[in-house]
Amino acid sequence: MAKQTRILIAKPGLDGHDRGAKYIARALKDNGYEVIYTGIRQTPENIVQTAIQEDVDFVGLSLLSGAHNELFPKIVELLREQDAEDIIVFGGGVIPEKDIPALKEKGIAEIFTSGTPIKEVIDFIENKSN
Amino acid sequence: MSDKDKISNEKKRWEETTLKKVTDRYPEMKDEFTTGSWLPVKRLYTPEDVRDKDYLDDLGFPGQHPFTRGVQPTMYRGRYWTMRQYAGFGTAKETNERYKYLLDQGQTGLSIAFDLPTQIGLDSDHSLSIGEVGKVGVAIDSLQDMEILFEGIPLDKVSTSMTINAPAAVLLAFYIALAEKQGVAKEKLRGTIQNDILKEYVARGTYIFPPEPSLRLITDIFEYCGKEVPKFNTISISGYHIREAGSTAVQEVAFTIADGIEYVEAALDAGLNIDKFGRRLSFFFNAHNDLLEEIAKFRAARRIWAKVMKDRFGATNEKAMRLRFHTQTGGSTLTAQQPDNNIVRVAIQTLAAVLGGTQSLHTNSRDEALGLPTEKSVQIALRTQQIVAEESGVTNTVDPLAGSYYIENLTDTIEEKVFEYLNKIDDLGGMGQAIEKGYIQKEIQDSAYRYQREIEEQERIVVGMNKYQTEEEQPDDILQVDPRLRKEQMQRLDKLKSERDGQKVQTSLDQLQEAAASDENLMPYILEAARNYATLGEICDIMRAEFGEYQESIVL
Repeated sequence: MAKQTRILIAKPGLDGHDRGAKYIARALKDNGYEVIYTGIRQTPENIVQTAIQEDVDFVGLSLLSGAHNELFPKIVELLREQDAEDIIVFGGGVIPEKDIPALKEKGIAEIFTSGTPIKEVIDFIENKSN
Repeated sequence: MSDKDKISNEKKRWEETTLKKVTDRYPEMKDEFTTGSWLPVKRLYTPEDVRDKDYLDDLGFPGQHPFTRGVQPTMYRGRYWTMRQYAGFGTAKETNERYKYLLDQGQTGLSIAFDLPTQIGLDSDHSLSIGEVGKVGVAIDSLQDMEILFEGIPLDKVSTSMTINAPAAVLLAFYIALAEKQGVAKEKLRGTIQNDILKEYVARGTYIFPPEPSLRLITDIFEYCGKEVPKFNTISISGYHIREAGSTAVQEVAFTIADGIEYVEAALDAGLNIDKFGRRLSFFFNAHNDLLEEIAKFRAARRIWAKVMKDRFGATNEKAMRLRFHTQTGGSTLTAQQPDNNIVRVAIQTLAAVLGGTQSLHTNSRDEALGLPTEKSVQIALRTQQIVAEESGVTNTVDPLAGSYYIENLTDTIEEKVFEYLNKIDDLGGMGQAIEKGYIQKEIQDSAYRYQREIEEQERIVVGMNKYQTEEEQPDDILQVDPRLRKEQMQRLDKLKSERDGQKVQTSLDQLQEAAASDENLMPYILEAARNYATLGEICDIMRAEFGEYQESIVL
């Protein structure tokens, strides 16, 4: 039996808006994925450590405070340092469109902004898993 | 036959004749209609849907118990609500300029948005502050930043609301210390601190300390302000964020009132007088798109709180039974798609707040799903309030929708359902326990999940997002905070630390530590540290060491 896809949903930074993160976590779980949710206020170091310990395939980051340009790339960087660059990082939240190209350049595979249907996230995960 | 029976018989006849003819040929769009929060809505409401009312007991007159019709006898005929836009970003200096602009545009109160490090009691130079300084609000590290924030704004001329919770005592102390420096007497200070920690554990997330010491800080503030700063609202018990986290309208009111009950009990345990501190409690609610449900919600909340204060706690002063509230339009109802549509949503929500009898209002800007609002967007949001106030005519009479069969029925329904929750929470051992057990979090999340599923399934329409979509480009005038700002703020902090009297700072922090270990009121000690330019982070670190830190219990 193929290994079930494991996904870590994480909230870096100090932002407490967790409605979106919890929705994505629960919706992915309902769609058959194994989902781990970190809770709010996680440091990039914590998130990377959890991702590696839990042997996840994806890390989904949610941030609404505007600190994404600093924190999202930091997590990709730390994963690389730990030789875990095979873990795919995606993100969402309040992310202005003009920030997206730079985030992708720094290794964030996809950014889903407010109003994205869950199906798009699932399609992304399935595409990347194959 | 009584009038009610006559109406009932006539209604049956109407259903079998006039109505049936139409529904046979043109069926209604749905079998069941509900409010935005899933309360069933009937086709038609008549006198038989209004429970046997005792007008004087259930509705009464505005400015009197049970305050269903409003907290003041003349409402907006005397004075409009306070138009208060929540604002803050970047440095104290930039925010000071925005405040002066807003006051210039006719805004009547200030509302400080703090950045997340400030809200969590961290200085800008803390490693956890990376990326967050000045982002969702203004960075305030010490009295010095507060001085810059209010440069040219005399504190006896404005009322100031501060969205600050876990470190509320510290920011209030900065404000009082600033008043002293401006030569303004403490008795003249007007405003509100949010100071509502319980909802942070379930919805907003800016907690620091565990519940017990947090409640002590809150009652310390009640006591201190009761004596020294009597015009300040010492708490704003907030349903806003509970709703934003995805609750229903009923849950918003129920959990807010339950939080209020917990604060009242803590204050009574501390030996405070309900008729005194009860007068300084204020509330904060959300206004969403279901106009009539929201209006009924506000009316029900007033009646419930009046009953709780009178019947449950035995308050005798009517002023301690009044639910005075601030409203903000619903951030989570705004869409990133076709952002100008948000202007219309905000206008509907403004009407809900005003027809519901709010005391102050923040209207969201159209671009808030994209980032911080631009000056232009903030102006439209403020103008929306001004148009409702000056042009719509809804301010001419008090509680204009009272007596509507539907509104009264819905007000009664919401009240009943809220009391069901309150009983359930009592059974769980009170709000502290209900949060501890994850019950509140689970209730909110289930509603949030259901709501989002409905949007995904297009059972709930959000115009421009899941229906009537268009291809569009995001507007490019989104306000961005300069990422170099943290460095600037850190340099100023270093300078402050080298220039202040280090000995005085240390002494006042030591005294605070001693007081924290005893059961003395902490406000005077925090104020003394603030006067000496101790930083927010330094003061909170003393309390962290003494009180410990709260750990989130994750409920999915």
